[in-house]
Amino acid sequence: MDVSVIVDNFPFLIVQGLLGLGGFVGGTLRLAIPAIVLGFALGVVLGVARLARARWVRGPATAYIELFRGVPLVMVIFWMWFVLPQLLQRPIPEYSVALAAFVIFEAAYFAEIVRAGIQSVPRGQVEAATAVGLTRAQSLRLVVLPQAIRSMIPSLVTQMIVLFKDTSLASIIGYVDLTKAAQIVNNREIRPFELYLFIAVVYWLCTYAMSLVARRFERTPA
Amino acid sequence: MNDQFEWSVLWSGQSGQWLLSGLLTTLRLSALAWVLAAILGVAAGALRTAPVRPLRILATAYVEFFRNVPLLVWMFFWYFGVPPLLPRPAQDWLFAHGAEFWAAVCALGVYHGARMSEVIRSGIRAIPRTQLEAAVATGLTTLQAYRLVILPIALRLIVPPATSESLNLLKNSSVALTISVAELTFQTRQIETYTARAIEALTAGTLIYLGLCVSIATVMGWVERRVAIPGLIAPGR
Repeated sequence: MDVSVIVDNFPFLIVQGLLGLGGFVGGTLRLAIPAIVLGFALGVVLGVARLARARWVRGPATAYIELFRGVPLVMVIFWMWFVLPQLLQRPIPEYSVALAAFVIFEAAYFAEIVRAGIQSVPRGQVEAATAVGLTRAQSLRLVVLPQAIRSMIPSLVTQMIVLFKDTSLASIIGYVDLTKAAQIVNNREIRPFELYLFIAVVYWLCTYAMSLVARRFERTPA
Repeated sequence: MNDQFEWSVLWSGQSGQWLLSGLLTTLRLSALAWVLAAILGVAAGALRTAPVRPLRILATAYVEFFRNVPLLVWMFFWYFGVPPLLPRPAQDWLFAHGAEFWAAVCALGVYHGARMSEVIRSGIRAIPRTQLEAAVATGLTTLQAYRLVILPIALRLIVPPATSESLNLLKNSSVALTISVAELTFQTRQIETYTARAIEALTAGTLIYLGLCVSIATVMGWVERRVAIPGLIAPGR
């Protein structure tokens, strides 16, 4: 064990790798936070669409969710890497490729959580909302979703932790996140045990903090 | 898209052979890692509910640490970090016998063992505490009660979540390409490199993964109905 390699490269690993405030376009948090927000937003749309009455809405949403839940994330990242530049006819930076892959992939998982949350709301709530004269869209927005989101919070936070960990896979297309930063340092210093254990601890601290928040929500009665 | 598809790249040349060998490596890697994950998962899951505090703490530490760190980091850790610490003969043996494959088995198995233990723990917690008390009252030791009463019931309860966790393991085996294990995703990339036909190659890989997941889910749906405990949980759909 030689901790000096960690001490010497601490600013690079944390400031560049974790936060993304350095010479490279990178950073785990800079990728994870927008991916969580956008992935959740798309997930809500898909989750609601999967429960829609109209078949032409429900069908495509179901197909989307089942497709992406049956495929490895690495595969989706490669799809984006090859297909996005061809579709848009210009080179796409790693950051956008990775962000697109995470949003598209994780939205399928968020959608399933949203669906389970909506289905946990008692049917009588919808009937009551209809009885007081709300339209279907209004009862979804004002009655069902606010209650559903509460019961979804623990699984949502779990999925956010998963997404946070998954961002490490952006390093395989060259995005400089915490994992890639450790690889870069390791190529120079050849201290794999110390470096990978160190970033494991950093990842663990971040995800553990998130899971403590999740536990708080679980205890608070909805 | 500016070019025509050329699906024949998937069966001309070596592509078919590569896909097949990639598929076999993925299956072998996933199967070995699954065995390791199941052993660790049952052990850690059972220990986390055990009435012995130090064992509980040990199991919790294992689960919380391994589960909350990205699999990719574990791949690098087991492949680059661990072998140099081993004695020389062990290192030589490893590097002569595909160190990257065994590192991937360890990484996948230990990571998913931690995740699997959560599934098993929730199964054990779903069993009323009185079952354990009744088993102990009939004269079984705690170990016997776990082995003969608690675990057999828990394992039958957790078939659906354990299936989805096993599918996660199968899909996550693709991360092994980062330490150059020649599994399915790796071979898909190889076809793309040799033929410059990205869409065709990725489609083939994607369809194989989808096919694997759907067939495993179908088989496990049947298993779920077979092992369902009458009167305890809802019979299969």
